[in-house]
Amino acid sequence: MSLLYIACGGFLGANARYFLGIKLNRTNPLRPYGTWIANITGSILLGILFVSFEKSIISPSLWLLFGTGFCGAYTTFSTFGTETLEMILSNKYFQAFFYCLSSILVSLAGVAIIFLLT
Amino acid sequence: MPSRSTYVLIIFIGSGGAIGSLLRYGMAQLFSTDAFPYGTLIANILGCFVLAFLTNYAFIKKNVPNDIKLAINTGIIGSFTTFSTFTVETFTLLTDHLLVGIMYSTLSIVVGLLACFIGYLLANKKSPNKEVIE
Repeated sequence: MSLLYIACGGFLGANARYFLGIKLNRTNPLRPYGTWIANITGSILLGILFVSFEKSIISPSLWLLFGTGFCGAYTTFSTFGTETLEMILSNKYFQAFFYCLSSILVSLAGVAIIFLLT
Repeated sequence: MPSRSTYVLIIFIGSGGAIGSLLRYGMAQLFSTDAFPYGTLIANILGCFVLAFLTNYAFIKKNVPNDIKLAINTGIIGSFTTFSTFTVETFTLLTDHLLVGIMYSTLSIVVGLLACFIGYLLANKKSPNKEVIE
């Protein structure tokens, strides 16, 4: 049963990321606003779910559906990596550095705020 | 009203996402410990390598139908790797053992990017026409 929750969450998360990317990602030159927003909002949402799960506000099945399934699939590390590499390969070092660092720092700051508020 | 092909696309990407998420969950069950999230680390690095290879390998770019490419690249690989779990794990590690947290995030980024680069090189070595990732 837990596998079904994860699969359903993954189904929704991957589509949410795809359609956000279609709407917001720009190519030539590469501007992956969609991936950036998905990774940051997904991290913050996972932070909220994690805290709620730890405090037993949400059930383990909701955690698997929305945490492991949805947030896990909605955010992506592989696309983030290949986009950063593409910036590096086209000599946009500052953009690559800024994309990489801002994705991590803004997500971490968001998660930190969630943990501090609760 | 979305067209029929949009529904097909949703099912392709969604099925890929379901498979990728289950594989990631399996990796976490197999390799992650309370002390260190090896499962997420391996999944993210492996996914970086595979995605960079697949998106740069000319034969696949030319001959595989778009729906299948989206199901595999955006669906399976995109969902197999995760940024949200990486962030929350980094944060909890940083607050427990600062050094372990720094090590986990640095390893993920540096080795992940390196894996992308190796995937890219390998794909271009196998295909004669060199192109930048699209």
